[in-house]
Amino acid sequence: MIDIFDIMGPIMVGPSSSHTAGAVRIGRMARALLGEAPVRAKLHLHGSFAETGVGHGTDKALVAGLLGMAPDDLSIPQSFSIAEDQGLTFTFNEIDLRDAHPNSVQLEVVGEEGNCLTMQACSVGGGRIRVDKIDGVEVNFTGDYNTLIIHNRDDRGHVADVTYALYQAKVNVANMSLHRDAKGGSAIMIIETDERVPALILDLLRRLPGILHITYYEKED
Amino acid sequence: MNLDSMKDILAAARREDKPLWEIILETDMENRGVTREESMEKMAQAWHAMLDASASYDGRRHSASGLVGGQGEQMRAYAAGDPICGNFAAEVITEALCMGESNACMRRIVAAPTAGACGVMPAVLIPLYRRDNISEERMLQAMYVASGIGAVIAYKACIAGAAGGCQAEIGSASAMAAGALVTLRGGTAEQVCHAVAMALKNLLGLVCDPVAGLVEVPCVKRNVIGAMNAMAAADMALAGIESRIPVDEVIDAMGDVGRRLPVEFRETALGGLAVTPTGKAVKERMMGSRNKNRTLTIKDARWKLQRTGPAN
Repeated sequence: MIDIFDIMGPIMVGPSSSHTAGAVRIGRMARALLGEAPVRAKLHLHGSFAETGVGHGTDKALVAGLLGMAPDDLSIPQSFSIAEDQGLTFTFNEIDLRDAHPNSVQLEVVGEEGNCLTMQACSVGGGRIRVDKIDGVEVNFTGDYNTLIIHNRDDRGHVADVTYALYQAKVNVANMSLHRDAKGGSAIMIIETDERVPALILDLLRRLPGILHITYYEKED
Repeated sequence: MNLDSMKDILAAARREDKPLWEIILETDMENRGVTREESMEKMAQAWHAMLDASASYDGRRHSASGLVGGQGEQMRAYAAGDPICGNFAAEVITEALCMGESNACMRRIVAAPTAGACGVMPAVLIPLYRRDNISEERMLQAMYVASGIGAVIAYKACIAGAAGGCQAEIGSASAMAAGALVTLRGGTAEQVCHAVAMALKNLLGLVCDPVAGLVEVPCVKRNVIGAMNAMAAADMALAGIESRIPVDEVIDAMGDVGRRLPVEFRETALGGLAVTPTGKAVKERMMGSRNKNRTLTIKDARWKLQRTGPAN
């Protein structure tokens, strides 16, 4: 079902919904998943992002997103100097990511408290994005829903524990996917929910045995 | 309901004896789980953003390549005189240029349905709104109709230049604008459908061939043809002229043409105007300035433009 405001919108800074607005959203998603303000970032541009990125302001847009700006922020063109003021240093590279969408970027970010994140994401058109990899593990989510990213040990029962807790909190699961690097290794659960996940439940989930790390992304309107 | 075909929307409007905009508004309320007021508020934001973008146009701005900037201002000055197509149409042209330029210059616009085609809707709506003193409520109703049309096109065909060429961007925007205009003039739901069909038919096959891959040339000026075509299609529909091919079939045809367009004509900048000698020269210049700009303007960033090997 198409959201009519993906048609009459987004309200955004130009020139391209995929190369500008989508790039801002990718940067913003990385900041949200990092859970703090980034201080260092390496951005690797792939495909069309590398080819036409500069003319579309893709580079400025990605940095703007890392700074927490929204796609309609008129300061996006000045994001490089704002990054300097806010103590964010960054480098850009071109990269050839295997089997990646043409509008893809890989970000390596480090936060002020030392949190690290490597994320690969792409801009799929109309300002919409998809996260394809987190810390080397393949994932698939869009930020169109409230999203829980749960790192856990690949062991029986964790999915049941987590979904039961959500059920008790009256949170409905819209989409869910499981990813792991190897049997018995580290796994990622991606759960997209219709309702917001209350802070109390997030705390509870974090205390469940076998759950290593939880990141929560709350949908933006 | 789902916005899957114009026929379905039309049938729902007949069955429930409601105008098209009402059916589309109710679909949004159901789809996003919002109240009528919340939905209307969001549409009002889009409308206000279009008005703000129009008001904040500045002809002194220039785009990344320097190819775009100031044309809206030139047209505005000329439009005040004795333009061939009349003052109103000249104002529409002006508005389309201003909006397309603002987009290219990284100003705030409303993608409708895409950023590259952001000038079409405001170009037909704003001059009419000003001239005829139309209430905001009626403008929003027209925008709902346009959104529903765009949603059907996105579902049945495509709205991205990379997927279906310019016909999918400017063509879709023009179809949406034509439907909005018929709505504003009190046309019937059937007339809306005919206007959409005629607008889309007229731009069928239009390729996406952006110079240097940028949303500048020919995108800005194509917003003009999208807007003018929308007015012509709306006027024909209001005159009672019908599209011989039903609207949903036209949309399917656009999707079909889009899928069969060679990839060179789908936003890749490998065909059409992008590969003319002048188009190529612009690209060379942009590529050349890429490295230079970066090291000149960013102290902290150490740009390495060597291609790294395959990752992961």
